[in-house]
Amino acid sequence: MFNSSLRALSAMLAERKISSVELTQEFLARIDRHNPDLNAYITVDPEKSLAQARIADSMIAEGRMQPMTGIPVAQKDIFCSKGWLTTCGSKMLSGFVSPYDAHVIEKFNAAGAVNLGKTNMDEFAMGSSNETSFFGPVKNPWDRKAVPGGSSGGSAAAVAARMAPAATGTDTGGSIRQPAALCGISGIKPTYGLVSRYGMIAFASSLDQGGPMAKSAEDLAIMLNLMAGHDSRDSTSLVRDEEDYTRDLDCPLEGLRIGLPKEYFAKGLSPAVEKAVQAAISEYQKLGAKVVEISLPNTRLSIPVYYVLAPAEASSNLSRYDGVRYGYRAQGYGDLVEMYEKTRAEGFGAEVKRRIMIGTYVLSHGYYDAYYIQAQKLRRLIARDFSEAFGQCDVIMGPTSPSAAFDLGEKSSDPVEMYLSDIYTIAVNLAGLPGMSIPAGFGENGRPIGLQIVGNYFSEAKMLNVAHQYQKNTDWHLRMPSIE
Amino acid sequence: MSISTGDVKRIARLSRIAVNDAESEAVLSQLNEILGLIEEMQAVDTSGIEPMSHAQEIVLRLREDVVTEKDQHEAFQKDAPQVEAGLYLVPKVIE
Amino acid sequence: MQWEVVIGLEVHAQLSTESKIFSGAATAFGAAPNAQACAVDIALPGVLPVLNRGAVDRAIRFGLAVGAEVRKRSVFSRKNYFYPDLPKGYQISQFDLPVVLGGEIAIFVDGVEKTVRLTRAHLEEDAGKSLHEDFHGMTGIDLNRAGTPLLEIVSEPDMRSAKEAVAYAKELHSLVRYLDICDGNMQEGSFRCDANVSVRPKGAEKFGTRCEIKNLNSFRFLERAIEYEVSRQIDVIESGGVISQETRLYDSVKDETRSMRSKEEAHDYRYFPDPDLLPLEISEDWVEKARHSLPELPHAKRSRYVSEFGLSSYDAQVLTSSKEIAAYFEEVVGIYSDPKVCANWVMVEISGWLNKSGIEIADCPISSRSLAGLLVRIGDGTISGKIAKEVFEAMWNGEGEADAIIESKGLKQISDSGALERIVDEIISNNPSQVADYRGGKDKLFAFFVGQAMKATKGQANPAQLSEILKKKLSA
Repeated sequence: MFNSSLRALSAMLAERKISSVELTQEFLARIDRHNPDLNAYITVDPEKSLAQARIADSMIAEGRMQPMTGIPVAQKDIFCSKGWLTTCGSKMLSGFVSPYDAHVIEKFNAAGAVNLGKTNMDEFAMGSSNETSFFGPVKNPWDRKAVPGGSSGGSAAAVAARMAPAATGTDTGGSIRQPAALCGISGIKPTYGLVSRYGMIAFASSLDQGGPMAKSAEDLAIMLNLMAGHDSRDSTSLVRDEEDYTRDLDCPLEGLRIGLPKEYFAKGLSPAVEKAVQAAISEYQKLGAKVVEISLPNTRLSIPVYYVLAPAEASSNLSRYDGVRYGYRAQGYGDLVEMYEKTRAEGFGAEVKRRIMIGTYVLSHGYYDAYYIQAQKLRRLIARDFSEAFGQCDVIMGPTSPSAAFDLGEKSSDPVEMYLSDIYTIAVNLAGLPGMSIPAGFGENGRPIGLQIVGNYFSEAKMLNVAHQYQKNTDWHLRMPSIE
Repeated sequence: MSISTGDVKRIARLSRIAVNDAESEAVLSQLNEILGLIEEMQAVDTSGIEPMSHAQEIVLRLREDVVTEKDQHEAFQKDAPQVEAGLYLVPKVIE
Repeated sequence: MQWEVVIGLEVHAQLSTESKIFSGAATAFGAAPNAQACAVDIALPGVLPVLNRGAVDRAIRFGLAVGAEVRKRSVFSRKNYFYPDLPKGYQISQFDLPVVLGGEIAIFVDGVEKTVRLTRAHLEEDAGKSLHEDFHGMTGIDLNRAGTPLLEIVSEPDMRSAKEAVAYAKELHSLVRYLDICDGNMQEGSFRCDANVSVRPKGAEKFGTRCEIKNLNSFRFLERAIEYEVSRQIDVIESGGVISQETRLYDSVKDETRSMRSKEEAHDYRYFPDPDLLPLEISEDWVEKARHSLPELPHAKRSRYVSEFGLSSYDAQVLTSSKEIAAYFEEVVGIYSDPKVCANWVMVEISGWLNKSGIEIADCPISSRSLAGLLVRIGDGTISGKIAKEVFEAMWNGEGEADAIIESKGLKQISDSGALERIVDEIISNNPSQVADYRGGKDKLFAFFVGQAMKATKGQANPAQLSEILKKKLSA
C-alpha cells in the first residue's frame, strides 16, 4: 500500500477497501517507526490528522469525493497551517502555532486531504542539504550518511521512505528539484505565479514557488491540479483558466525536441550523473524524441545573480522576526536594540544570518547599483537565454544536481561550495520557468540521480507528459530504499 | 571588493543581529568568500538592459476598498512574547 | 545681516478609505488596541500585500487637482528599518517612481497670491503607534494604524516665511477635503506636516543646511515651530556656529524644537522594489473617469464668486477656504439671492460666532436655510439690520426660526407712516428747546431725535422712513 499511486489509493478509498482513517493510521505508524531515525518530520499530530481523516471519510460516504479526498499528505513546515506548529525549520518560530491557513493548505483541506504532519526543512528554506534546520538534519533514506538535499529535504525523505504518499515543497533555487533528485523521487516547481504564495513563509518573494513532490509524474499532476490556481491575496498569483495537468500524460513523445544545454554538461558534473542523464536521453530518443544542442551562455552567472537577489529579498522578508508580535524573544536585554539584536542572533542559525547580512550589504547605500541592479539586469539576460532556447526545443533536459547526494557534514562548513551545487536549478527560478526532477538511476554509491526537465512558461502539462512517458518505460521511480 | 571588520559591524547593526568580536572574524571571511563569488558578475557589460524584478510582465491587480477582516487580536496574540491590555509590549522606546 | 527663510513641507494626508492600503482591515479611528490589525497588518509569516484601488483613486484625484502628472506606471518599494511600530521591518512606500509628479498650489498671504510648486506625491502605508504610558517601564504597541493609506505630498522649498508655510498647509488641507480624499482631522493625525527649514543670507543662491521638524499636527504648531527654528538657526550662525542637518521635534509646551536623539548609525533604508507587488499601472481611462468626478475646486470656485456673485477676491478667498463654508454660503445664496449680503453675514456673523464658540461650521446651530430666512426678513423690510442681529443671537441660542422670534418678541419693524408721524409729533412737542436749537442750525441734534424715536419704538422703527419723517417735520 505504501507504494501505491495516488490514483490507486483514491480507488481503494472510493471502493471502501480502506478508510481514510485507516490509511492515515498506516502512514502514522510508518512515521512512528522511521522518523526517529530519518527526522523527516518536525511535527506529527495524530489527533489532528485523524480528525481530518474522519471528515474525509464522511465526505466519501456522502459521495463528495475528489481525487485527493482522504489521502494523507506531508506538508512542508513552511506552509502556515492553522492550529499547527509552523516553524520554517527555525528556532525563531519553534513555538509558533499558526493562527491561519496558507492558500495551499486551504485547498488541501477543502478537498478533504489529510495533513499528515509538517516536514523538516532547511531554516527558512535556505540550504541545499537540510543541515541548517534548527530541528537537526534529515537523513537520506537511501543512505543514512548522506544528505537528503534541501531545502525540502524532509518532504523528499518522507516520500522516499514511504512515510507519506505525497508531499508539498517549495523551490526558490532548486529546493523541490534537488532533494527530489537526491532522494529518488519526482518533484515539480511550477511556473512562478501558478501556486499562491499566501501563507507560504517567504524566503525570496520573486523566486519562491510551491509545488508537489511525489513518487511519479502522474501523482505530481494530481497534486498540482489541487495546488495551482489564482489567489486574490497574492498579488503575483496569475489569473488563468483552470487546467487539468493530467490531460496530456498519455500523449506520445514522437517528434519531441529535447534541448541539451552544452553548459550543463561541462566541468563540475560528476561522471555518474552524466552517464545517468545520457542514458535517460537515449531512452527518450527511443520514444521518438529528437535531441538538439542548445546554449544557455549565462548559466555560470546564475549563481552570483541568485546570491545577490535571494539574500537581498530575504534580508527584508526576515526583518519581521523581531521578537515583538510572535516567535522567539531572547532573555536578558538592556534596551530595545539589544532585544532585537539578541533575539535575531539567537533565533536565527548561521546560514540565515549570513544571507541576511549579505542581503543587507548588497542593498546598502553605495552598493545597490553595483550589486542589486546589476544582478537584476543579468537576471534578464538569463531569462532571455531560455526564451531563445525555447525557439529551438520543447523541453530542456539535463542533470538536476552535479552529483548524487553528498555526505552529511561534507559541505556544511563551506557555504560557497554548497552554493555551487545549485548551478543547474537556480536559473530556472530566476527566469520564473517551470522545472522538474525525476529519478533516472543511481550513482556508484547507490545514491539516486535526478533528471531535470525544464519547460517553457505554463508548459507543466507537457513536462508531466514527458516525465510520465519515461516512467511508463523505466522503473527508477518505483525503486524504494531498503527500509522495512 | 572585500569588506572589513568595520563593515561587518555596520552590516550586523543594520541587520539587527548581534555579532561579537569572536564571531566577527569568521563572519568576515565567510562574507568575503560569498562576495568573491558574487564579484564575477561585475565583469559583464549590462548597459542598455532593463533590470528584471519579476518573472512575469503583468500588471498589478487591485483590491476593491472593502473591509473584509474581523478582530482576531486575541487569537494572534496567543503567539506573542509579551502582551498587556491588547498591546504588544517592548522595552521602552525613547524618542 | 538680512536672512532669508527657506521652507519646504512634507505633508502626510491619511486617505479616507474604508480599508487599509494593503489589507482588508478597517481604518476607523478609535478602535480597541490591535482590534483592527489583521494578519497582514501585524506581518504574520507568509502574509502578502494587495493594493487598495480606493487609495490609488484618491492619489489620482489629488494629482489632477494640482495639475500634476499622474504617472501611468509607478513602483512600490520597501523602506527598511527596525522599529516596533513597523511590523514588517519595512514600510511599503514609493521611492524613485511615485504615482504623482509635479503640480502646484496657489496660496494667499496678505492678499498676495503666490505659487508653491510640488515635487511629488506618493502612496505609502502608515506605521502603528507606540504608547509610552506605564506598562512596567515598557512601551505598548498598537498596530491599528499600521497599514492605513497615506499620501505623502512633498513641496519644493518655495516658502519664505512661517506664514507662507501655514498658508500652504491650510490650502492643501482645504484641497484634500474638497476632494474628499482625506478627512483632514489633525487631532487624530489624519493630516500631519514635516517642515524642512533653512536660512540663508538674503540674496544668496545656495540653500543653507536644513533641519527637518517632524510631526506638526496643528497649523499653530507649524507656525511656531518654524518661527522658533528660524531664530534658532540665525542665532547659531550669527554666533559663529554651523547648522547640522538633523531631525528635530517641536515641543509645544516649551515652544521650542529639539534635536531627536541622533541615531547611532546613519539612515540606510536599503530601498528596493517590493517583490510582492508588481508595478502599478494606471490607465488613461481611469484618469479620465477621475477627472470627470472631480468637484469644483477652490480656485475655480473663487473666480466664479468674483465673476458670478460680484464678490471681492478677498471675500471669495475667505468663503472658499473650506469646502463646508463654501457649501453653506452657496446654500444661503440659493435662497436669498443677494450674494454680497449673504457673504457679509456668513463672513462676519457666522464666522465670528463660530470662532467665539470654538466650533466648526458643521456644528453651527443656525442652518443655512435658517440664516437665509433671516436675511429675507431684512430684505423685505420686516426688520432692520440692527434688530436682525438680535434675532440672530436668539437663533444661535436655539430660540427658533427668524419669523418665530420676530413674532414672539414683537420685533417687527414699524413702517406705518401714520404711527411714526404720531410718535415724531410727540417728540417734537416734548422737546421744544432741542427743536429750536436744531432749527437754529445745530444739525448734529438730528441723531438725538432718531435716538428718541428708536427708544419710543424699541428700535423697531423703519430707519429710512423715520429719518424721512423727522426731516420733513423738523424743517417745517
